Amino acid sequence: MRLQFILSEIWVALRRNLSMSISVALVTMVSVLFLGLGVLAQRQVDTMKDYWYDRVQVSIFLCTAKSDLPNCITGAVTDSQRTQIRSQLDAMKPLVKNVFPESQQQAYDRLKSQSKDSLTYREITPAQMPESFRVQLSDPTKYDVITSAFVGAPGVGDVQDQRPILDPLFNVLRGLSFGALGLAGLMVLCSALLVATTIRQTAFGRRRETGIMRLVGASAFNIQLPFILETLIATVVGSALAIGVLWAMVRYGIGYLGKKLPINFITTADLWTVTPWLVGAAAGLAILTAWLTLRRYLRV
Amino acid sequence: MIRFENVTKTYQRSSEPALDGISLEIERGEFVFVVGQSGSGKSTLLRLILCEESATSGNVLVAGRELSQLPRRKVPALRREIGCVFQDFRLLPNKDVFQNVAFALQVLGKSRQSIKAVVPETLEMVGLAGKERRLPHQLSGGEQQRVAIARAFVNKPPILLADEPTGNLDPTISLEIVRLLDRINRTGTTIVMATHDNGIVDQLRKRVVELDDGALVRDQMRGVYGGQL
Repeated sequence: MRLQFILSEIWVALRRNLSMSISVALVTMVSVLFLGLGVLAQRQVDTMKDYWYDRVQVSIFLCTAKSDLPNCITGAVTDSQRTQIRSQLDAMKPLVKNVFPESQQQAYDRLKSQSKDSLTYREITPAQMPESFRVQLSDPTKYDVITSAFVGAPGVGDVQDQRPILDPLFNVLRGLSFGALGLAGLMVLCSALLVATTIRQTAFGRRRETGIMRLVGASAFNIQLPFILETLIATVVGSALAIGVLWAMVRYGIGYLGKKLPINFITTADLWTVTPWLVGAAAGLAILTAWLTLRRYLRV
Repeated sequence: MIRFENVTKTYQRSSEPALDGISLEIERGEFVFVVGQSGSGKSTLLRLILCEESATSGNVLVAGRELSQLPRRKVPALRREIGCVFQDFRLLPNKDVFQNVAFALQVLGKSRQSIKAVVPETLEMVGLAGKERRLPHQLSGGEQQRVAIARAFVNKPPILLADEPTGNLDPTISLEIVRLLDRINRTGTTIVMATHDNGIVDQLRKRVVELDDGALVRDQMRGVYGGQL
């Protein structure tokens, strides 16, 4: 069939089935919106992970004179032990990105500034605070390399990774994103069922046209093509609306949060990265549903 | 052009065959009336030719193709060689006369130039020149059937099937329609027309194939409806 004829037939059909086409577009919009929210939430978790993991450190606490940790029974860390730990850390570059030594006095001062509203620090002396090496890793997931190297080493009281502190937050965020994806799945199912119902109705309403097409020898593909293209147009319009809403949410909603909170947020660049996948998935599903429905309900 | 070799067709959920061991040969350019009472198998015979149904047993050959061996993807090519006219006209109500006829060419991907040339020529041949922009509801029954014939013939198929084309028309108009089919037949097109309009059959004196309860009971050259000369 010639393109101009197909387009004019589609235009007439879309006008005739305007309410059904709008409903397909709107349900597709909501489906793609949820799908987009789920995917963007996943990206947000990854972005935050990159941001925070870049800042979290592994702390190697050294023994103090009064430490009751099992590895500290020999007393406070000695100068040679400290030098040995430091040189061992320096030898572990590039995994070890930066090393910040913290003295007992610095540890005490930090505790003091963090607990200024509490009186706890008044009962603690700087001598009770452990001296430490704060280690920043180029790959925070390789925390276990540091642990295996320093746990039980002479002069080391304990090795702590800050990463697990953040994991519950990430788990909640990831759970929310999976929730959004689950809802998206339900909406996609609704969308597929609506497309199938719409096509059944449209095919029934146009049975005379399709009957004539069949009798004059139009191929199955030519008979099915206008239905598939109509569905595709409604789906692409719905997807475009969803992308528009997502853009507004990322640009203005998340953009506003980004100015107020010291957290790295996703940007519209992330949206443009996932847009082809979202639209492609919606279009692919619409074509597949339309094709399967036509195979079942349209005689060709 | 069309050959039935011991063809039987039994529909699902029916114990009696709609066609029972039919053998029949129709040559290129023939005009054949298929007569018989309602339910005698006339429409089934046409549907088998059109590959709308498949035979339960036996072979149907149309335009050199054995239909039982024809893959589904090749059925459209067969149908392009067959025009169809029905009792209920089956025109598209939202398209005018020109568009209804052009539709048959447009869905086959014919160019606009060829459509602009062929459609008026065909409309003139069926006697509808000057009525191109009329919608079907603005036409009489006879005119609507002429549009349907124009649509069936616009692609110049070698075979034209007509299933009770005069069933909804009065005798005078019916005769005009059959005269039009006769004119098309004179261009070399094979016509197979199912009817139980005895006046038309008797007047035209073409080959008559009579079916009764799915069996071929008469095949008569220059025949009449009831079988007497």
